[in-house]
Amino acid sequence: MAKSIDVSDLNIYYGDFLAVEGVTIPVAARSVTAFIGPSGCGKSTFLRSLNRMHEVIRGARVDGKVLVDGQDLYADDMDPVNVRRMIGMVFQRPNPFPTMSIAENVLAGQKLNSKRMKKSEADDIVERSLRSAGLWNEVKDRLDRPGSGLSGGQQQRLCIARAIATQPEILLMDEPCSALDPISTSVIEDLIHELKKDYTIVIVTHNMQQAARVSDTTAFFNLAGVGQPGRLVEHGPTEKMFSNPEDPATEAYIQGRFG
Amino acid sequence: MTSIQSTARKRSTPTRPGDRIFRGTSIAAALTILATLAGVALFLTIEGIPGVLASPDEVKHGTTFIDYVVPLVFGTLLAAVLALALAIPVAIGVALYISHYAPRRLASTLGYIIDLLAAVPSVVYGVWGISFLATALVPVYSWLERTLGFIPLFAGPPSATGRTILTASIVLAVMVLPVITALCREIFLQTPRLHEEAALALGATRWEMARLAIFPYARSGIISASMLGLGRALGETMAVAMVLSASGVITFNLISSTNPSTIAANIALTFNEATGLTVNALIASGLVLFLITFLVNFAARAIVERRKDFSGAN
Repeated sequence: MAKSIDVSDLNIYYGDFLAVEGVTIPVAARSVTAFIGPSGCGKSTFLRSLNRMHEVIRGARVDGKVLVDGQDLYADDMDPVNVRRMIGMVFQRPNPFPTMSIAENVLAGQKLNSKRMKKSEADDIVERSLRSAGLWNEVKDRLDRPGSGLSGGQQQRLCIARAIATQPEILLMDEPCSALDPISTSVIEDLIHELKKDYTIVIVTHNMQQAARVSDTTAFFNLAGVGQPGRLVEHGPTEKMFSNPEDPATEAYIQGRFG
Repeated sequence: MTSIQSTARKRSTPTRPGDRIFRGTSIAAALTILATLAGVALFLTIEGIPGVLASPDEVKHGTTFIDYVVPLVFGTLLAAVLALALAIPVAIGVALYISHYAPRRLASTLGYIIDLLAAVPSVVYGVWGISFLATALVPVYSWLERTLGFIPLFAGPPSATGRTILTASIVLAVMVLPVITALCREIFLQTPRLHEEAALALGATRWEMARLAIFPYARSGIISASMLGLGRALGETMAVAMVLSASGVITFNLISSTNPSTIAANIALTFNEATGLTVNALIASGLVLFLITFLVNFAARAIVERRKDFSGAN
């Protein structure tokens, strides 16, 4: 199920503005890769180019290659809709559909992918996904209540359940804990450890400790200078990145001596 | 009285003059609206009651008030509902195109044109309806009768002038279209980016995104917009009075030359020649229209309220 990603020479533009330049990075299957770096350095932009969500913004485009198990996501015959069905995404702020119940939220992606489902089949998917997202015990008695009535941490786990309900190959998380309290954050970090068994996970985070705790590989992004495009400074095993990085800029950032 | 107020004021936090003035003016504005509404209702009731109670031989139309007003209510509702049924799908489609599909420049041009349509006086629509649309629809009506005549709606015989209730409804639909479209467009544009992206990231196509994120969010707004449109359709006078050739019957036959009239058009057409209790009967029919509009608004509120939990406002 889980697939590897291979990015080579990716340039990401907003109109004429080059936002991220020349990123080349491999991501192993069934691993957690964390993107760290200062605000505005293009981590999130790069993450969004991995499931073609970047181009949703007017004028945004990409050149370069993103291979998922050898298949180029930006090939001419590739439909972005299919790419997004294959690659799940969790956003910075929890965004369950407010008009849908908890169960409907979990099934939202499923309903797009396959037209009809038996009731029992749907119930199984809801239970399985919510269990995987560690939310089942908290919501099993109110599956028909609106998802927006949950707490922030629960909503974010509901979004994770929604993303994995379709069993995607890859799960992208864009600062999934930045709007959550420390307890909900630790619940989600534990969850990431669990999910790693089945999914390739890429996570953007501003929290250095979080990157150290959850990831196998860390990639550091930085701006070359004001008005310059963001670029990938270095990437490597998390342990090495945090103890003995090659680039002095990485070391400065990790130790908080940045800027 | 004043002493109680002043002690209460001492205990509460001090208010600034600016706040007090603003509070005063907004309360005054709110009360003016209530007073106007109450005044209209009072006038209609007082002037209308003699018309309701008048015996058939005292009024020009020669029937009891109930017999007089029921066909008018029927015609009013039929024309308005038909107009909405025609206008709402088109309005939602156009609004969605402008807000989410059209390239930016085309979208703003289209937006201006829609707003312009809303500013056209209703008499112009009436002239258009009578001199162009009605004639143009005559062959359509005979075709409808030939092919769909088995449906009571199109039983015919088709009108030779085309001045039917269906023509009036189409004119009304064109008139309410810009109102509904403009409101829907604004509401669609306000759909949170977060929800749109949630749908897209799940692999929704643009249309599926509209169904998952935009329509549920805009639901109550669409209902409100439709109710505003319905209000206009119910009360529209000039265009209907000009287009419709009315004969005060109750029929679902949309294409024949005998059509029910509407309350507003009927008042406009008969008020000038009316005298005595007939005037009171007409005012009473106005009261009925007033009540219908009220009920429609309450119903709309109730619909919006019913699914409040899921509205996304919490």
